[in-house]
Amino acid sequence: MKTIRIGSGAGFAGDRIEPAVELAEKGRLDYLAFECLAERTIALAQQEKMHDPSAGFDPMLVRRIKAVLPAARANGTRIITNMGAANPQAAAEAARRVAREMGIKGVRIAAVTGDDVLDRILEGEYRLDESGRPVSELGNKLVSANAYTGIDGIIDALEQGADIVITGRAADPVLFLAPLVHEFGWARDDWATLGRGTLVGHLLECAAQVTGGYFADPGVKDVPDMLHIGYPLAEVQADGSAIITKVDGSGGIVSTATCTEQLLYEVHDPSAYFQPDVIADFSQTRFRQEGENRVAVEGASGRQRTGLLKVSVGYVDGWIGEGQISYGGPGAEERGRLAIDLVARRLAELGLRVQESRGELIGVNSILPGNTSQAPPREVRMRFAARCDSREDALRIGEEVEGLYLNGPYGGGGVTKQAREVVAIGSTFIPEDLVSQTVTILES
Amino acid sequence: MILRDIAHSRTGDKGDTCNISVIAYREEDWPLIRQEVTAERVAAHFGPQMGGDVVRYELPQLRALNFVLRGALAGGVTRSLALDAHGKALGSTILDMEIGD
Repeated sequence: MKTIRIGSGAGFAGDRIEPAVELAEKGRLDYLAFECLAERTIALAQQEKMHDPSAGFDPMLVRRIKAVLPAARANGTRIITNMGAANPQAAAEAARRVAREMGIKGVRIAAVTGDDVLDRILEGEYRLDESGRPVSELGNKLVSANAYTGIDGIIDALEQGADIVITGRAADPVLFLAPLVHEFGWARDDWATLGRGTLVGHLLECAAQVTGGYFADPGVKDVPDMLHIGYPLAEVQADGSAIITKVDGSGGIVSTATCTEQLLYEVHDPSAYFQPDVIADFSQTRFRQEGENRVAVEGASGRQRTGLLKVSVGYVDGWIGEGQISYGGPGAEERGRLAIDLVARRLAELGLRVQESRGELIGVNSILPGNTSQAPPREVRMRFAARCDSREDALRIGEEVEGLYLNGPYGGGGVTKQAREVVAIGSTFIPEDLVSQTVTILES
Repeated sequence: MILRDIAHSRTGDKGDTCNISVIAYREEDWPLIRQEVTAERVAAHFGPQMGGDVVRYELPQLRALNFVLRGALAGGVTRSLALDAHGKALGSTILDMEIGD
Protein backbone atom coordinates (compact mmCIF):
# COMPACT_ATOMS: atom_id res chain seq x y z
CA MET A 1 0.00 0.00 0.00
CA LYS A 2 1.42 3.33 -1.08
CA THR A 3 2.30 5.77 1.72
CA ILE A 4 3.42 9.34 1.06
CA ARG A 5 5.68 10.97 3.62
CA ILE A 6 5.40 14.72 3.70
CA GLY A 7 7.15 17.05 6.13
CA SER A 8 6.70 20.63 7.25
CA GLY A 9 9.96 22.60 7.14
CA ALA A 10 8.70 26.00 8.31
CA GLY A 11 5.51 27.43 9.75
CA PHE A 12 6.29 31.11 9.28
CA ALA A 13 8.77 33.34 7.48
CA GLY A 14 11.16 33.58 10.39
CA ASP A 15 11.04 29.95 11.46
CA ARG A 16 14.09 27.89 12.44
CA ILE A 17 16.14 26.21 9.73
CA GLU A 18 17.79 23.30 11.60
CA PRO A 19 14.59 21.24 12.10
CA ALA A 20 13.96 21.31 8.34
CA VAL A 21 17.45 19.97 7.73
CA GLU A 22 16.78 17.19 10.26
CA LEU A 23 13.58 16.32 8.40
CA ALA A 24 15.32 16.34 5.02
CA GLU A 25 18.12 14.12 6.31
CA LYS A 26 16.23 11.66 8.51
CA GLY A 27 12.55 11.92 7.60
CA ARG A 28 12.67 9.66 4.51
CA LEU A 29 10.41 12.26 2.93
CA ASP A 30 8.77 12.34 -0.45
CA TYR A 31 7.93 16.03 0.01
CA LEU A 32 9.05 18.85 2.24
CA ALA A 33 6.85 21.94 2.31
CA PHE A 34 7.65 25.36 3.74
CA GLU A 35 4.78 27.70 4.64
CA CYS A 36 6.26 31.16 5.04
CA LEU A 37 3.60 33.65 3.96
CA ALA A 38 1.49 35.46 6.56
CA GLU A 39 -1.53 37.61 5.70
CA ARG A 40 0.44 40.82 5.48
CA THR A 41 3.75 39.52 4.14
CA ILE A 42 2.72 39.57 0.52
CA ALA A 43 1.66 43.23 0.68
CA LEU A 44 5.02 44.18 2.17
CA ALA A 45 6.75 42.07 -0.49
CA GLN A 46 4.76 43.84 -3.19
CA GLN A 47 6.03 47.18 -1.86
CA GLU A 48 9.61 45.88 -2.07
CA LYS A 49 9.05 44.67 -5.62
CA MET A 50 7.82 48.15 -6.61
CA HIS A 51 11.15 49.58 -5.47
CA ASP A 52 13.24 46.73 -6.90
CA PRO A 53 11.81 44.40 -9.60
CA SER A 54 14.21 41.60 -8.59
CA ALA A 55 13.01 41.67 -4.95
CA GLY A 56 9.71 40.80 -3.32
CA PHE A 57 10.31 37.18 -2.33
CA ASP A 58 11.15 35.68 1.05
CA PRO A 59 14.56 36.94 2.24
CA MET A 60 15.30 33.57 3.90
CA LEU A 61 14.63 31.54 0.74
CA VAL A 62 18.29 31.30 -0.22
CA ARG A 63 19.36 30.16 3.25
CA ARG A 64 16.58 27.59 3.49
CA ILE A 65 17.19 26.09 0.04
CA LYS A 66 20.93 26.00 0.66
CA ALA A 67 20.42 24.18 3.96
CA VAL A 68 18.08 21.44 2.74
CA LEU A 69 18.99 20.96 -0.92
CA PRO A 70 21.86 18.45 -0.49
CA ALA A 71 19.78 16.08 1.66
CA ALA A 72 16.63 16.62 -0.40
CA ARG A 73 18.59 15.81 -3.56
CA ALA A 74 20.19 12.70 -2.04
CA ASN A 75 16.86 11.39 -0.74
CA GLY A 76 14.67 12.29 -3.70
CA THR A 77 12.61 14.75 -1.64
CA ARG A 78 10.74 17.41 -3.58
CA ILE A 79 10.36 20.87 -2.07
CA ILE A 80 7.19 22.97 -2.18
CA THR A 81 6.99 26.49 -0.78
CA ASN A 82 5.14 29.79 -0.96
CA MET A 83 8.37 31.72 -0.40
CA GLY A 84 7.88 33.28 -3.82
CA ALA A 85 5.64 35.85 -2.09
CA ALA A 86 5.12 38.72 -4.56
CA ASN A 87 7.78 37.46 -6.98
CA PRO A 88 7.96 33.67 -7.51
CA GLN A 89 9.90 34.15 -10.74
CA ALA A 90 12.75 36.03 -9.03
CA ALA A 91 12.63 33.50 -6.19
CA ALA A 92 13.06 30.62 -8.66
CA GLU A 93 16.03 32.41 -10.22
CA ALA A 94 17.58 32.85 -6.76
CA ALA A 95 17.03 29.16 -6.01
CA ARG A 96 18.70 28.24 -9.30
CA ARG A 97 21.70 30.43 -8.43
CA VAL A 98 22.05 28.67 -5.07
CA ALA A 99 21.92 25.24 -6.67
CA ARG A 100 24.54 26.24 -9.24
CA GLU A 101 26.80 27.78 -6.59
CA MET A 102 26.60 24.49 -4.68
CA GLY A 103 27.50 22.62 -7.85
CA ILE A 104 24.18 20.76 -7.89
CA LYS A 105 23.14 20.37 -11.51
CA GLY A 106 19.83 19.41 -13.05
CA VAL A 107 17.55 20.72 -10.30
CA ARG A 108 14.23 21.66 -11.88
CA ILE A 109 12.70 24.71 -10.22
CA ALA A 110 9.15 25.81 -10.96
CA ALA A 111 7.75 29.29 -10.42
CA VAL A 112 3.97 29.27 -10.11
CA THR A 113 2.43 32.67 -10.80
CA GLY A 114 -1.09 33.98 -11.30
CA ASP A 115 -2.21 34.82 -7.77
CA ASP A 116 -1.68 38.57 -8.36
CA VAL A 117 -5.17 39.78 -9.30
CA LEU A 118 -4.74 43.51 -8.65
CA ASP A 119 -5.71 44.46 -12.23
CA ARG A 120 -8.97 42.45 -12.08
CA ILE A 121 -9.86 43.82 -8.67
CA LEU A 122 -9.43 47.37 -9.95
CA GLU A 123 -11.63 46.67 -12.98
CA GLY A 124 -14.44 44.91 -11.20
CA GLU A 125 -17.01 45.70 -8.53
CA TYR A 126 -15.43 44.25 -5.40
CA ARG A 127 -16.16 45.12 -1.81
CA LEU A 128 -14.03 44.63 1.28
CA ASP A 129 -15.52 41.86 3.37
CA GLU A 130 -14.68 43.68 6.63
CA SER A 131 -16.18 47.11 5.90
CA GLY A 132 -18.50 46.47 2.97
CA ARG A 133 -16.89 49.42 1.16
CA PRO A 134 -15.80 49.19 -2.50
CA VAL A 135 -12.15 48.22 -2.93
CA SER A 136 -11.82 50.95 -5.58
CA GLU A 137 -12.34 53.58 -2.85
CA LEU A 138 -8.85 52.78 -1.57
CA GLY A 139 -7.42 54.49 -4.67
CA ASN A 140 -3.67 54.97 -4.50
CA LYS A 141 -3.58 53.47 -0.99
CA LEU A 142 -4.06 50.04 -2.56
CA VAL A 143 -0.80 48.06 -2.52
CA SER A 144 -1.68 44.51 -3.53
CA ALA A 145 -4.43 42.01 -4.22
CA ASN A 146 -3.52 38.33 -4.21
CA ALA A 147 -5.90 35.41 -4.54
CA TYR A 148 -5.50 32.35 -2.33
CA THR A 149 -4.88 29.85 -5.10
CA GLY A 150 -5.54 26.12 -5.07
CA ILE A 151 -3.74 22.94 -6.07
CA ASP A 152 -3.68 23.23 -9.87
CA GLY A 153 -0.50 25.27 -10.35
CA ILE A 154 1.56 23.13 -7.99
CA ILE A 155 0.28 19.89 -9.54
CA ASP A 156 1.11 21.22 -13.01
CA ALA A 157 4.65 21.94 -11.81
CA LEU A 158 5.02 18.47 -10.26
CA GLU A 159 3.77 16.84 -13.46
CA GLN A 160 6.47 18.74 -15.31
CA GLY A 161 9.04 17.13 -13.02
CA ALA A 162 9.80 20.06 -10.74
CA ASP A 163 12.09 19.28 -7.81
CA ILE A 164 11.35 22.64 -6.18
CA VAL A 165 7.99 24.39 -6.57
CA ILE A 166 7.80 28.06 -5.59
CA THR A 167 4.45 29.80 -5.39
CA GLY A 168 3.11 33.14 -4.26
CA ARG A 169 -0.19 33.35 -2.38
CA ALA A 170 -1.38 29.76 -2.29
CA ALA A 171 -3.71 28.77 0.55
CA ASP A 172 -1.49 27.29 3.24
CA PRO A 173 -2.86 23.70 3.33
CA VAL A 174 -2.64 23.58 -0.47
CA LEU A 175 1.15 23.24 -0.23
CA PHE A 176 0.46 19.81 1.29
CA LEU A 177 -2.78 18.87 -0.46
CA ALA A 178 -1.37 19.40 -3.96
CA PRO A 179 1.37 16.72 -3.78
CA LEU A 180 -1.12 14.28 -2.22
CA VAL A 181 -3.57 14.77 -5.09
CA HIS A 182 -0.67 14.44 -7.52
CA GLU A 183 0.53 11.18 -5.95
CA PHE A 184 -2.78 9.48 -5.28
CA GLY A 185 -4.67 10.79 -8.30
CA TRP A 186 -7.62 11.93 -6.20
CA ALA A 187 -10.53 13.19 -8.30
CA ARG A 188 -11.07 16.94 -8.15
CA ASP A 189 -14.63 16.34 -7.01
CA ASP A 190 -13.82 13.68 -4.42
CA TRP A 191 -14.74 16.22 -1.76
CA ALA A 192 -14.41 13.91 1.25
CA THR A 193 -10.89 12.85 0.35
CA LEU A 194 -9.84 16.40 -0.53
CA GLY A 195 -11.16 17.39 2.90
CA ARG A 196 -9.01 14.74 4.57
CA GLY A 197 -5.94 15.88 2.61
CA THR A 198 -6.71 19.45 3.63
CA LEU A 199 -6.72 18.40 7.27
CA VAL A 200 -3.27 16.86 6.87
CA GLY A 201 -2.09 20.17 5.43
CA HIS A 202 -3.80 22.17 8.15
CA LEU A 203 -2.19 20.10 10.91
CA LEU A 204 1.28 20.41 9.34
CA GLU A 205 1.31 23.97 8.03
CA CYS A 206 2.39 25.61 11.30
CA ALA A 207 5.29 23.20 11.75
CA ALA A 208 6.20 22.95 15.48
CA GLN A 209 2.72 23.96 16.57
CA VAL A 210 1.72 20.29 16.27
CA THR A 211 4.93 18.90 17.81
CA GLY A 212 4.90 20.76 21.11
CA GLY A 213 5.51 24.37 20.13
CA TYR A 214 3.00 27.04 21.27
CA PHE A 215 1.93 24.40 23.80
CA ALA A 216 4.15 24.18 26.90
CA ASP A 217 2.66 25.46 30.14
CA PRO A 218 5.10 24.43 32.89
CA GLY A 219 3.62 22.12 35.47
CA VAL A 220 0.46 21.58 33.45
CA LYS A 221 1.59 20.78 29.91
CA ASP A 222 5.27 19.98 29.82
CA VAL A 223 7.15 19.38 26.58
CA PRO A 224 10.31 17.25 26.50
CA ASP A 225 13.50 18.65 24.95
CA MET A 226 11.88 21.84 23.62
CA LEU A 227 15.27 23.17 22.65
CA HIS A 228 15.53 20.60 19.86
CA ILE A 229 11.88 20.53 18.90
CA GLY A 230 11.36 18.41 15.79
CA TYR A 231 9.12 19.55 12.95
CA PRO A 232 6.24 17.29 11.92
CA LEU A 233 5.76 14.87 9.10
CA ALA A 234 2.70 12.94 8.00
CA GLU A 235 2.51 9.41 6.65
CA VAL A 236 -0.48 9.64 4.37
CA GLN A 237 -2.52 6.78 2.90
CA ALA A 238 -4.45 6.75 -0.37
CA ASP A 239 -7.76 7.32 1.45
CA GLY A 240 -6.38 10.51 3.05
CA SER A 241 -6.02 9.08 6.53
CA ALA A 242 -2.67 9.82 8.10
CA ILE A 243 -0.27 9.48 10.98
CA ILE A 244 1.22 12.69 12.35
CA THR A 245 4.69 12.11 13.73
CA LYS A 246 8.24 13.47 13.78
CA VAL A 247 11.79 12.22 13.39
CA ASP A 248 12.92 9.76 16.09
CA GLY A 249 15.20 11.41 18.61
CA SER A 250 14.00 14.95 17.94
CA GLY A 251 12.55 17.05 20.77
CA GLY A 252 8.94 17.95 21.38
CA ILE A 253 5.81 15.84 21.51
CA VAL A 254 3.09 14.66 19.16
CA SER A 255 -0.02 13.79 21.14
CA THR A 256 -3.78 13.88 20.75
CA ALA A 257 -3.61 17.11 22.80
CA THR A 258 -1.15 18.86 20.45
CA CYS A 259 -3.17 17.66 17.45
CA THR A 260 -6.51 18.80 18.92
CA GLU A 261 -5.12 22.27 19.65
CA GLN A 262 -3.76 22.58 16.12
CA LEU A 263 -6.94 21.18 14.56
CA LEU A 264 -8.87 24.20 15.85
CA TYR A 265 -6.09 26.76 15.32
CA GLU A 266 -7.37 29.60 13.11
CA VAL A 267 -10.55 27.61 12.45
CA HIS A 268 -14.00 29.11 12.88
CA ASP A 269 -16.85 26.71 12.08
CA PRO A 270 -15.07 23.32 12.16
CA SER A 271 -17.60 21.91 9.69
CA ALA A 272 -16.82 24.59 7.09
CA TYR A 273 -13.15 25.30 6.53
CA PHE A 274 -13.17 27.22 3.27
CA GLN A 275 -10.41 26.34 0.85
CA PRO A 276 -9.88 27.03 -2.88
CA ASP A 277 -10.46 23.37 -3.82
CA VAL A 278 -12.95 22.15 -1.22
CA ILE A 279 -14.94 23.14 1.84
CA ALA A 280 -13.28 20.88 4.38
CA ASP A 281 -15.25 19.50 7.32
CA PHE A 282 -13.14 18.88 10.44
CA SER A 283 -16.10 18.52 12.80
CA GLN A 284 -16.00 14.71 13.02
CA THR A 285 -12.21 14.41 13.23
CA ARG A 286 -10.82 11.79 15.58
CA PHE A 287 -7.29 11.37 16.91
CA ARG A 288 -5.81 8.14 18.26
CA GLN A 289 -2.44 7.86 19.98
CA GLU A 290 -1.02 4.82 18.29
CA GLY A 291 2.53 5.02 19.57
CA GLU A 292 5.00 7.41 21.11
CA ASN A 293 4.78 10.65 19.12
CA ARG A 294 2.47 8.96 16.60
CA VAL A 295 -1.12 10.13 16.25
CA ALA A 296 -3.58 8.68 13.76
CA VAL A 297 -5.99 11.15 12.15
CA GLU A 298 -9.31 10.20 10.64
CA GLY A 299 -12.88 11.30 10.18
CA ALA A 300 -12.46 14.53 8.25
CA SER A 301 -14.62 15.09 5.23
CA GLY A 302 -15.56 17.78 2.75
CA ARG A 303 -18.05 19.15 0.29
CA GLN A 304 -18.13 21.05 -2.97
CA ARG A 305 -16.11 24.25 -3.04
CA THR A 306 -17.71 27.67 -3.38
CA GLY A 307 -16.10 28.61 -6.71
CA LEU A 308 -14.89 31.84 -5.15
CA LEU A 309 -11.31 32.51 -4.11
CA LYS A 310 -10.51 34.69 -1.14
CA VAL A 311 -8.37 37.67 -2.09
CA SER A 312 -6.02 39.32 0.36
CA VAL A 313 -6.07 43.08 -0.30
CA GLY A 314 -3.16 45.12 1.06
CA TYR A 315 -3.44 48.88 1.56
CA VAL A 316 -1.56 51.59 3.38
CA ASP A 317 -3.57 52.83 6.32
CA GLY A 318 -1.79 55.66 8.11
CA TRP A 319 0.87 55.44 10.77
CA ILE A 320 1.13 54.05 14.27
CA GLY A 321 3.28 55.94 16.76
CA GLU A 322 4.09 54.64 20.21
CA GLY A 323 6.23 55.21 23.25
CA GLN A 324 6.95 53.20 26.39
CA ILE A 325 8.32 54.07 29.84
CA SER A 326 8.88 52.05 33.03
CA TYR A 327 7.96 52.72 36.66
CA GLY A 328 9.03 50.66 39.69
CA GLY A 329 8.57 50.26 43.43
CA PRO A 330 5.48 50.94 45.51
CA GLY A 331 2.92 53.04 43.66
CA ALA A 332 4.31 51.98 40.26
CA GLU A 333 0.84 51.22 38.90
CA GLU A 334 -0.60 54.57 40.01
CA ARG A 335 2.31 56.45 38.46
CA GLY A 336 1.86 54.48 35.25
CA ARG A 337 -1.82 55.46 35.15
CA LEU A 338 -0.92 59.08 35.79
CA ALA A 339 1.55 58.93 32.89
CA ILE A 340 -1.15 57.62 30.53
CA ASP A 341 -3.48 60.40 31.59
CA LEU A 342 -0.82 63.06 31.08
CA VAL A 343 0.07 61.90 27.58
CA ALA A 344 -3.58 61.68 26.53
CA ARG A 345 -4.29 65.19 27.80
CA ARG A 346 -1.12 66.66 26.29
CA LEU A 347 -2.06 65.28 22.87
CA ALA A 348 -5.52 66.82 23.23
CA GLU A 349 -4.07 70.21 24.23
CA LEU A 350 -1.61 70.13 21.35
CA GLY A 351 -4.52 69.45 19.00
CA LEU A 352 -2.72 66.48 17.43
CA ARG A 353 -4.98 64.60 15.04
CA VAL A 354 -5.28 61.07 16.38
CA GLN A 355 -7.72 58.58 14.84
CA GLU A 356 -7.55 56.16 17.73
CA SER A 357 -5.30 55.70 20.76
CA ARG A 358 -4.52 53.17 23.47
CA GLY A 359 -2.79 53.67 26.80
CA GLU A 360 -1.95 50.62 28.89
CA LEU A 361 0.28 49.15 31.54
CA ILE A 362 2.31 46.15 30.46
CA GLY A 363 2.06 43.64 33.28
CA VAL A 364 -1.44 44.80 34.21
CA ASN A 365 -3.81 45.31 31.30
CA SER A 366 -1.99 45.31 27.95
CA ILE A 367 -3.27 41.86 26.98
CA LEU A 368 -6.78 41.98 28.35
CA PRO A 369 -7.93 45.62 28.56
CA GLY A 370 -9.96 46.18 31.70
CA ASN A 371 -7.89 43.67 33.62
CA THR A 372 -6.99 44.75 37.13
CA SER A 373 -3.90 43.56 38.95
CA GLN A 374 -4.43 40.98 41.71
CA ALA A 375 -1.70 42.46 43.91
CA PRO A 376 0.03 45.83 43.48
CA PRO A 377 2.74 45.21 40.88
CA ARG A 378 6.23 46.36 41.82
CA GLU A 379 6.98 47.31 38.24
CA VAL A 380 4.94 48.36 35.24
CA ARG A 381 5.73 49.51 31.75
CA MET A 382 3.44 52.21 30.41
CA ARG A 383 2.73 52.05 26.71
CA PHE A 384 0.88 54.66 24.70
CA ALA A 385 0.07 54.00 21.03
CA ALA A 386 -1.98 55.99 18.52
CA ARG A 387 -3.02 55.80 14.90
CA CYS A 388 -2.23 58.98 12.97
CA ASP A 389 -2.53 60.20 9.40
CA SER A 390 1.12 61.13 8.94
CA ARG A 391 4.57 59.99 10.01
CA GLU A 392 5.15 63.39 11.54
CA ASP A 393 2.15 63.07 13.86
CA ALA A 394 3.06 59.47 14.72
CA LEU A 395 6.53 60.55 15.79
CA ARG A 396 4.97 63.04 18.21
CA ILE A 397 3.43 60.18 20.22
CA GLY A 398 6.82 58.80 21.18
CA GLU A 399 8.13 62.30 21.81
CA GLU A 400 5.33 62.99 24.26
CA VAL A 401 6.13 59.78 26.16
CA GLU A 402 9.80 60.76 26.16
CA GLY A 403 8.81 64.14 27.63
CA LEU A 404 7.69 62.27 30.76
CA TYR A 405 11.34 61.82 31.72
CA LEU A 406 11.51 65.36 33.09
CA ASN A 407 7.85 66.36 33.18
CA GLY A 408 6.10 63.18 34.24
CA PRO A 409 5.66 61.10 37.40
CA TYR A 410 8.47 60.18 39.78
CA GLY A 411 11.07 57.69 38.59
CA GLY A 412 10.15 57.09 34.95
CA GLY A 413 12.90 55.34 32.97
CA GLY A 414 13.86 53.42 29.84
CA VAL A 415 11.84 55.22 27.18
CA THR A 416 11.56 53.59 23.79
CA LYS A 417 9.64 55.05 20.87
CA GLN A 418 8.80 54.17 17.31
CA ALA A 419 6.63 55.11 14.36
CA ARG A 420 5.68 52.68 11.56
CA GLU A 421 3.58 52.81 8.46
CA VAL A 422 0.57 50.51 8.59
CA VAL A 423 -0.02 48.13 5.73
CA ALA A 424 -3.44 46.76 6.49
CA ILE A 425 -5.06 43.69 5.01
CA GLY A 426 -8.66 43.33 3.98
CA SER A 427 -10.31 40.58 2.01
CA THR A 428 -12.66 40.18 -0.89
CA PHE A 429 -13.69 37.28 -3.12
CA ILE A 430 -13.11 36.66 -6.83
CA PRO A 431 -14.67 34.01 -9.12
CA GLU A 432 -12.14 31.23 -9.60
CA ASP A 433 -12.40 31.33 -13.38
CA LEU A 434 -10.88 34.82 -13.37
CA VAL A 435 -7.66 33.41 -11.91
CA SER A 436 -5.31 31.28 -13.99
CA GLN A 437 -1.90 30.05 -13.00
CA THR A 438 1.27 29.80 -15.06
CA VAL A 439 4.22 27.50 -14.43
CA THR A 440 7.73 28.43 -15.54
CA ILE A 441 10.51 25.86 -15.17
CA LEU A 442 14.18 26.76 -14.66
CA GLU A 443 17.01 24.21 -14.44
CA SER A 444 20.27 24.53 -12.56
CA MET B 1 -11.19 25.83 40.59
CA ILE B 2 -10.18 27.67 37.46
CA LEU B 3 -10.48 26.41 33.91
CA ARG B 4 -6.71 25.89 33.67
CA ASP B 5 -7.00 23.05 36.21
CA ILE B 6 -9.05 20.90 33.83
CA ALA B 7 -8.57 22.27 30.30
CA HIS B 8 -6.04 23.58 27.83
CA SER B 9 -6.50 26.12 25.11
CA ARG B 10 -5.06 27.59 21.91
CA THR B 11 -5.74 30.89 20.21
CA GLY B 12 -5.70 31.69 16.51
CA ASP B 13 -6.41 34.79 14.45
CA LYS B 14 -7.76 35.47 10.99
CA GLY B 15 -8.22 39.11 10.11
CA ASP B 16 -10.21 40.73 12.89
CA THR B 17 -11.56 37.41 14.19
CA CYS B 18 -10.08 35.56 17.14
CA ASN B 19 -10.75 31.90 17.84
CA ILE B 20 -10.07 30.21 21.15
CA SER B 21 -10.30 26.49 21.76
CA VAL B 22 -10.99 24.98 25.17
CA ILE B 23 -10.12 21.30 25.45
CA ALA B 24 -10.79 19.07 28.47
CA TYR B 25 -7.82 17.00 29.61
CA ARG B 26 -10.08 14.25 30.94
CA GLU B 27 -13.39 12.79 29.79
CA GLU B 28 -14.95 13.23 33.26
CA ASP B 29 -14.49 17.02 33.15
CA TRP B 30 -16.04 17.45 29.72
CA PRO B 31 -19.69 17.70 30.86
CA LEU B 32 -18.82 20.48 33.32
CA ILE B 33 -16.88 22.43 30.71
CA ARG B 34 -19.62 21.97 28.14
CA GLN B 35 -22.20 23.17 30.64
CA GLU B 36 -20.38 26.12 32.17
CA VAL B 37 -18.09 27.55 29.51
CA THR B 38 -20.87 29.07 27.46
CA ALA B 39 -20.65 31.70 24.74
CA GLU B 40 -22.26 34.15 27.18
CA ARG B 41 -19.60 33.60 29.84
CA VAL B 42 -16.82 33.95 27.30
CA ALA B 43 -18.40 37.16 26.03
CA ALA B 44 -18.55 38.51 29.59
CA HIS B 45 -14.92 37.51 30.22
CA PHE B 46 -13.67 39.54 27.26
CA GLY B 47 -16.00 42.48 27.78
CA PRO B 48 -18.10 44.41 25.29
CA GLN B 49 -15.17 45.59 23.15
CA MET B 50 -13.90 42.12 22.29
CA GLY B 51 -16.71 39.83 23.27
CA GLY B 52 -19.51 41.50 21.34
CA ASP B 53 -19.99 38.59 18.96
CA VAL B 54 -19.14 35.15 20.34
CA VAL B 55 -20.17 31.88 18.72
CA ARG B 56 -19.44 28.47 20.26
CA TYR B 57 -18.86 25.23 18.34
CA GLU B 58 -18.74 21.81 20.02
CA LEU B 59 -16.58 18.80 19.16
CA PRO B 60 -17.63 16.24 21.80
CA GLN B 61 -15.50 13.41 20.38
CA LEU B 62 -12.44 15.58 21.06
CA ARG B 63 -13.80 17.05 24.34
CA ALA B 64 -13.30 20.42 22.70
CA LEU B 65 -15.11 23.73 22.35
CA ASN B 66 -14.21 26.37 19.80
CA PHE B 67 -15.12 30.00 20.45
CA VAL B 68 -15.14 32.46 17.58
CA LEU B 69 -14.95 36.15 18.52
CA ARG B 70 -15.67 38.41 15.56
CA GLY B 71 -14.35 41.98 15.64
CA ALA B 72 -12.26 41.12 18.70
CA LEU B 73 -8.81 42.11 17.51
CA ALA B 74 -9.05 45.89 17.16
CA GLY B 75 -8.77 45.64 13.38
CA GLY B 76 -6.60 42.54 13.21
CA VAL B 77 -2.89 41.90 13.29
CA THR B 78 -2.09 44.30 10.49
CA ARG B 79 -3.62 47.44 11.98
CA SER B 80 -4.30 46.85 15.68
CA LEU B 81 -2.75 49.20 18.23
CA ALA B 82 -2.35 46.28 20.65
CA LEU B 83 1.10 45.00 21.48
CA ASP B 84 -0.13 41.44 21.02
CA ALA B 85 -1.88 42.26 17.78
CA HIS B 86 -2.54 38.58 17.00
CA GLY B 87 -4.33 38.20 20.32
CA LYS B 88 -2.25 35.07 20.92
CA ALA B 89 -1.76 35.95 24.58
CA LEU B 90 -5.32 37.23 24.87
CA GLY B 91 -6.86 33.77 24.54
CA SER B 92 -4.82 32.38 27.43
CA THR B 93 -6.69 34.63 29.84
CA ILE B 94 -9.76 32.42 29.38
CA LEU B 95 -8.07 29.76 31.55
CA ASP B 96 -8.55 32.12 34.51
CA MET B 97 -12.31 31.55 34.40
CA GLU B 98 -13.78 30.22 37.66
CA ILE B 99 -15.53 26.89 37.13
CA GLY B 100 -17.41 24.34 39.24
CA ASP B 101 -18.08 24.77 42.95
